[in-house]
Amino acid sequence: MNEFFLYLISIMILVFGALTVTSHKIFRSAIYLLFTLISIAALYFYLEYEFIAAVQIVVYVGGIVVLILFSLFLTHRVGADLPAPSYLKMFFTFLSVLFAFGFVYSLVIGHEFPEAEAIGSGISMNSIGKAMLNYGEGGFVLPFEVVSILLLAALIGSIAIAFKTKVKNS
Amino acid sequence: MVNYSYISFVLIIPLVVFLITGLFGKKMPGLSGILGALGMLGAACLSYFVAYQYFLVDGRVDGIYPTVMAFKQTWLQFTPSLKIDIGIILDPIAVMMLVVVTTVSFMVHLYSIGYMHGEERYATYYSFLSLFSFSMLGLVVSSNIFQMYMFWELVGVSSFLLVGFYFTKPSAVAAAKKAFIVTRFADLGFLAGILILSFYSESLDFQTIIHNMMDYNGTIFLNANAASFMGVSALTWALCLIFIGGAGKSAMFPFHIWLPDAMEGPTPVSALIHAATMVVAGVFLVARLFPVYSQVPAALDVVMYVGAFSAFFAAIIACTQTDIKRVLAYSTMSQIGYMMFALGVSGYWGEEGLGFTASMFHLFTHAMFKALLFLGAGAVIHYVHSNEMGDMGGLWKKMPITHIVFFIACLAISGVPPLSGFFSKEEILTAAYQHNKIVYAVGLLTACLTAFYMFRLFLMIFWNKEYKAHGRTEHHGEAPMTMKLPLLILAIATIFAGIIPFSMYVSADGTAVESHIHLREASMAVAAGAIGIFSAFFLYLKKNERPEMISSAFGALYRTAYKKFYVDELYLFVTKNMIFNFIAVPAAWIDRNVVDGMMDLIAAVTENLSDSIKSIQSGKISSYVMWFFVGAILLSMMIVYAL
Amino acid sequence: MGDMKFILAISFALFFIGAYGFLTRRNMITMLMAVELMLNAVNINFVVFNKYLYADKMDGLFFTIFIITIAAAEAAVAIAIIINLYRKFKSIDENDIDTLRW
Repeated sequence: MNEFFLYLISIMILVFGALTVTSHKIFRSAIYLLFTLISIAALYFYLEYEFIAAVQIVVYVGGIVVLILFSLFLTHRVGADLPAPSYLKMFFTFLSVLFAFGFVYSLVIGHEFPEAEAIGSGISMNSIGKAMLNYGEGGFVLPFEVVSILLLAALIGSIAIAFKTKVKNS
Repeated sequence: MVNYSYISFVLIIPLVVFLITGLFGKKMPGLSGILGALGMLGAACLSYFVAYQYFLVDGRVDGIYPTVMAFKQTWLQFTPSLKIDIGIILDPIAVMMLVVVTTVSFMVHLYSIGYMHGEERYATYYSFLSLFSFSMLGLVVSSNIFQMYMFWELVGVSSFLLVGFYFTKPSAVAAAKKAFIVTRFADLGFLAGILILSFYSESLDFQTIIHNMMDYNGTIFLNANAASFMGVSALTWALCLIFIGGAGKSAMFPFHIWLPDAMEGPTPVSALIHAATMVVAGVFLVARLFPVYSQVPAALDVVMYVGAFSAFFAAIIACTQTDIKRVLAYSTMSQIGYMMFALGVSGYWGEEGLGFTASMFHLFTHAMFKALLFLGAGAVIHYVHSNEMGDMGGLWKKMPITHIVFFIACLAISGVPPLSGFFSKEEILTAAYQHNKIVYAVGLLTACLTAFYMFRLFLMIFWNKEYKAHGRTEHHGEAPMTMKLPLLILAIATIFAGIIPFSMYVSADGTAVESHIHLREASMAVAAGAIGIFSAFFLYLKKNERPEMISSAFGALYRTAYKKFYVDELYLFVTKNMIFNFIAVPAAWIDRNVVDGMMDLIAAVTENLSDSIKSIQSGKISSYVMWFFVGAILLSMMIVYAL
Repeated sequence: MGDMKFILAISFALFFIGAYGFLTRRNMITMLMAVELMLNAVNINFVVFNKYLYADKMDGLFFTIFIITIAAAEAAVAIAIIINLYRKFKSIDENDIDTLRW
């Protein structure tokens, strides 16, 4: 039963991912991206990392995809076709990507990973919260703070980038 | 021994004034002139006090005036033995020069308040003037030959700035460039001389150099004499090269060509720089190193002959010029020639050193009366708005004070007793008579010519004919008070400076020498002067045909002298036709075709190469990404499989 | 162990799908989507390694969290830039935006 879910999720990830990068309608492409991200969240559920799955849905699905959709409406006429890339380019890109995939795949499949102690059964929300604000060993309070600053900077930076041109144009 | 360190304020005051007027002068144009004049007044009072302290209060130690190091600081220590100091040295000639420079400089500052009034770059003018005073004062008190060289160049720079003050006039720009290049060229000799001299005497310090070189049996002196180049000892070479530098600044033949052109600057500047102070820097340099020179008769002979020739040469030219400032310029050159040959005929010990004393004495008196002449000429030019003698004449009614002071100065320079010029000139001629009869004869002839051309100048300006205001209406009187006052002060100095018993204070070896009038030499000098004066009166008192007749009788000689003996043309010929054609043109060809060609080749190769590969940088992100992607794969494959 | 390598293979495949999209697409927003796919593939990697190899630690998990956070910031800035470019060039086709060249 579990195996089945894993295969189903995998197929969904790959198919929706492939559709995301090949669809001719940009709006559809964004929707496929949404499905891909939800499938990945499902994979996290499957791996019993519910917190990551929740974050995935909240940030990616609820945030980034919405942002992308907004920018689509700002910059595109809905329903217009994307220009198709040339077949030659597609072909060569496909080849090189396939080659790279083969290379990486063969590396990982051939690699002997160290024996795991025991396959963990997920991590509780409680311990994540404690680790995130722990400043002792194994704590993540410093990267947490740094990331907060980074987010703030990105926020201000985005506003500044968008704002500057407005002044210039008016 | 009193502490003389306060003397450094004589240097600091002009420097501060220079900075203030230079930086903030634009905001307070009227004030900068007063500030400059007050600063120089302070410096002058300080140097008078130093002179009083040095000569009269402290006086002699063991029969000679001591050399005082008022201030000394090691500046650059290259090796334990090679170092450059910054110091202030006080000895009789330095103190004398301090008095001369500050006095004349103060007079000129004061005079310029009136003369430069309403000038657009008034504050800049004062800042340059202060810079010049600072450099000149620094030069005279330098304790170190390298320090002197620095101030020497600073003097050259400020002279350049002041000559080119009216930089909108092409002739002023050309004159400034000429002055700078000619003196720079001569300074090359000075620098080479410094290097040779300091190499052999193993020091840059004046006192150490002199001490080492006066030690006849010391190894240093013997080495310097033994080492020779082209049959002449290294010491002689060094001194001759240093003299070249001095000749450049002092406008001795053949480096004199810049001096007449330098008259393009404002007239007070000519009075300060090109009459009284800067041009005597060369004389001062030789005097400063005089103990060393006195060991090398050959070098002294060079000084003597160059000086005598320049004196005579310039006097002849001065007789023919019509621009009053040029006449004065050539007269300056002639008088400096006097000082030079007086140094050349001098010995070192006791009575032998008469020439040295006479030279310094003449420097002193000449500074006073030549500054007076220039400032008077400035007043005339200010009134007439012209430099040409032809535009003047009959001015004695319009400018009574200028007329009288000019007359006094002319008498002084002609050597009429009892004015100051008489005493110094008489001493020079006496020294020359004792040493070398030919030089004496030249000096006497020059004295006659000097009297002639000075009175020619005087009569052409103030008498000769009735003054007619040509075109311009007279809009002001003779001169403002700030211009008259320096004239009067300098006239008083001109009259009485000769009474100072100069030889008691300044002599070659520092001992007191009793000076006495040698009746025969004195009467000869006065007679020569009188001949010159009377012939000038004969020719120029009233407008008549005689000058024309004489000049046409001399014909070619007159024209040659009028054209300044074609020295300028000779220089032009050498530089333009010979250096330009045979050195500059091939050098330019090499520069254009070989040096530039090399660069062009490199540029062309780079350009072609980059042209052929620039399409890689297409500006298209996808192509960049593609390259990056392929590169990343290849790189990781290389790391995994090849390493 | 089988699960682990299988999921890893999936994440690689997703990564190179993203790479393919990034290389072939010319629209900037779709390129941004492709980048998001690649980031997600990396996230899967981290989570898988954390689960199957170091179950007692949380480093992989936290890396994932931080990557998601930074992806959000990156998307915001990228979209600000895209909108700005759109104002300037009236297009977000990267072929039209080629001022960054010789």
